[in-house]
Amino acid sequence: MSRQRFSALSLIRGGLSRQVGWQAQWRKAEPKPSYDAIIVGGGGHGLGAAYYLAKEHGLTNIAVLEKGWIGGGNTGRNTTIIRSNYLFNESAALYDHAVKIWERMSQELNYNVMFSPRGVMMLAHTVHDTQVAKRHVHANRCNGVDNEWLEPDQAKAFCPLLNIEQNIRYPVLGAALQRRGGTARHDAVAWGYARAADALGVDIIENCEVTGIRRLAAGGVAGLETTRGFIASSKVGVAAAGNTSVVMQMAGIKLPLESFPLQALVSEPVKPVFPCVVMSNTIHAYISQSDKGELVIGAGTDAYTSYTQRGALHINMHTLDAICELFPMFRRMRMLRNWGGIVDVTPDRSPIIAKTAVPGLYVNCGWGTGGFKATPGAAHVFAWTIARDQPHPINAPFTIERFRDGFLIDEAAAAAVAH
Amino acid sequence: MLIIDCPYCGKRPELEFAYAGQAHLVRPRDPSTLDDEAWAQFLYMRANTRGMHAERWRHARGCGRFFNALRDTTSDRFAATYRIGTAPPVAAEDAR
Repeated sequence: MSRQRFSALSLIRGGLSRQVGWQAQWRKAEPKPSYDAIIVGGGGHGLGAAYYLAKEHGLTNIAVLEKGWIGGGNTGRNTTIIRSNYLFNESAALYDHAVKIWERMSQELNYNVMFSPRGVMMLAHTVHDTQVAKRHVHANRCNGVDNEWLEPDQAKAFCPLLNIEQNIRYPVLGAALQRRGGTARHDAVAWGYARAADALGVDIIENCEVTGIRRLAAGGVAGLETTRGFIASSKVGVAAAGNTSVVMQMAGIKLPLESFPLQALVSEPVKPVFPCVVMSNTIHAYISQSDKGELVIGAGTDAYTSYTQRGALHINMHTLDAICELFPMFRRMRMLRNWGGIVDVTPDRSPIIAKTAVPGLYVNCGWGTGGFKATPGAAHVFAWTIARDQPHPINAPFTIERFRDGFLIDEAAAAAVAH
Repeated sequence: MLIIDCPYCGKRPELEFAYAGQAHLVRPRDPSTLDDEAWAQFLYMRANTRGMHAERWRHARGCGRFFNALRDTTSDRFAATYRIGTAPPVAAEDAR
């Protein structure tokens, strides 16, 4: 299938011809009776896995099933922060694999995902924070991941709006800065992968919810019962984020997951004022400015498990209190919209990308509050795992069995988000 | 914000409560006899139900006591709250 290529020339030509010549970015596919592999979940992780299966493993007779619309789940609901400054070797390898793909993704997909490595600065407010952050800086540098320690005045030089007065409740004592970190346009990631996968022959089927997993007598996967009928396939990869437990239960697999609402909100759009991403895990503030001009603010998870895609207002207020103290200039900003997504959290706050006890059934889940940044890296190794029926060396430690065997990858303190 | 009916104190705002996870998980009577698989099941594996979920709450900033609740995780509506040590009210579960 030939696709229009985007280039400066094609954009100018579009501008001169009243933008009427653009094609649909992917086909509206009808489900075929059978596929070589099916991916459940049409977010960035699922679409990316389909793309890499087609591109690197030659599996083109595949489908992505999405119960809603492409990128309508957590891919379209997160705060788009990208970084790889995780503590442990296994995590650093996985997340940095993703950052390296982010850096060349727009060129590879011929789709502008607006990756902007504007720097992610994580604040320290207590002596403990300072020690932990410095430990991260050193561990990251041993793993070849850039990270540097900033004193308060250096932090303010990097982000001039930051309040470094020492008379506030949680004064800024310093910050860890990953300059290669930043943001990307979340919708473009889903659309770019969908377009590229479709061009390689992948069927993207929206409004198709999985209702059951049919098994062979020998135990392996036979196919999926869906709201659009039965679809046969001997390989199924599940990338269903907050609903992973529900899907995997259909094959009798229980996972160490709990699904929580995670909220975010944006302000009214204003002129460019905020040059980087600032995060504070101690007082739960995550903020950047989108290219549209909105302040994009991440709040914490609600306390209880839920599938409602909404949360309580006091969680947002808690975050806004912290933002107002750190950036007094924003006290009169008005918030436009807030929303929630459902995140699947593991006990050690590290993901699972692995084979399961059912032959032919694979799972990519447990990303908790931080799955967006890993999208391309996770999709890449998930595709490898599905195609070869064995994990890539990068995702080999991220098994389900690690909870039985005691090899946890305990990023609970390191993930720097409000768990 | 949820309004939660503490079986001891009555209805109070969610801010007074702490969530304490899936209910009715029984600690193994003889832990030394468990193998790794059974331990992992007890420690880490959770129902994560989409629908009516039996869960524990603690009235942390009130009476301080734990209690159980049935809550629909697709709407966050509570069907019932009941004291620790009692079985979930079946009528409430059916009423969904």
